Amino acid sequence: MGLLDVFRSNRPRGSASVAKERLQILVAHDRAFRNRPSYLPELQQEILEVIRKYVEVDLDAVSVNYEQDDEQEFLELNIVLPDGSRS
Amino acid sequence: MARTIVITSGKGGVGKTTTAAAMAMGLAQRGHRTVVIDFDVGLRNLDLIMGCERRVVYDFVNVINGEANLNQALIRDKRCDSLYVLPASQTRDKEALTPEGVGKVLEELSKGHDYIVCDSPAGIEHGATMAMYFADDAVVVTNPEVSSVRDSDRMLGILSSKSRRAKQGDEPIKEHLLLTRYSADRVERGEMLGVDDVQEILSLNLLGVIPESQAVLNASNAGIPVVLDNASNAGQAYNDMVARYLGEDLPMRFLATERKGIFSRLFRG
Repeated sequence: MGLLDVFRSNRPRGSASVAKERLQILVAHDRAFRNRPSYLPELQQEILEVIRKYVEVDLDAVSVNYEQDDEQEFLELNIVLPDGSRS
Repeated sequence: MARTIVITSGKGGVGKTTTAAAMAMGLAQRGHRTVVIDFDVGLRNLDLIMGCERRVVYDFVNVINGEANLNQALIRDKRCDSLYVLPASQTRDKEALTPEGVGKVLEELSKGHDYIVCDSPAGIEHGATMAMYFADDAVVVTNPEVSSVRDSDRMLGILSSKSRRAKQGDEPIKEHLLLTRYSADRVERGEMLGVDDVQEILSLNLLGVIPESQAVLNASNAGIPVVLDNASNAGQAYNDMVARYLGEDLPMRFLATERKGIFSRLFRG
């Protein structure tokens, strides 16, 4: 820091804080993915097949989400039915 | 029974071999019978860092294949009687390391030694998984830099799912963090992740912080493990690491820059 820097109050924030934020998000995401049960893709595929037996849905109509905290695991299923599927 | 320590990281060039050499020499200097094994088949370098490259006759793969026995392949360190080096093969490929073969060699070494230090190759392929498979302890070597921290976290996932301890449902591998190439002044200027930042992300037991130091290159140039250079801050930091591994409670050093006087602060950069 030289003499002139004393008068420059608004120094830019260092890049380390950006690195930390990016890493925190990335590592949390990586860990969540790592802890997923390995059967999830297969489960998703089979549920989709069963639904398509009865209702014509898009291939991406079924989403399977897995989350975990200290006490419990959540398996979240989301199925989007097309408009006018009620018959 | 020996305790098996893997020095690992995922990312290359972060200081695994330097750390393996320092850990092995440090343990041996404290009187523990220690052997350090190079798992980087095809790209051996531990022999160079240890300064015994001209004494390599047989290697790890020769022993696995029964082409030589352990006593023929082990190189005794000239500076420390209780330290042996088992070099990697330069010519074979990594597949030569079979789980059965590695397990047998480690079991045999375990009888005559207190510590077995495994120097892992970079990556998460066969050589790296073999190096960590039998480990009791892991030292995850990390630079304060995004790709290194991410790779370290990935390696933690592998340690906790693919090691023998994980597969047999035993007590998990004890994981330690070693932060290397740490530059305190860059951290103070906000340009580098600090030790607290990395700790917060990886949440591991911190075994040490090794400052960025010219002494590391000097040591590898000469084939002398930097832990023997007690005049350097890197050498001292590695000695602290070994002491902490053995259970001593030492404060972290070299985390702050030396304070400059008011004049140098005002008139110099």
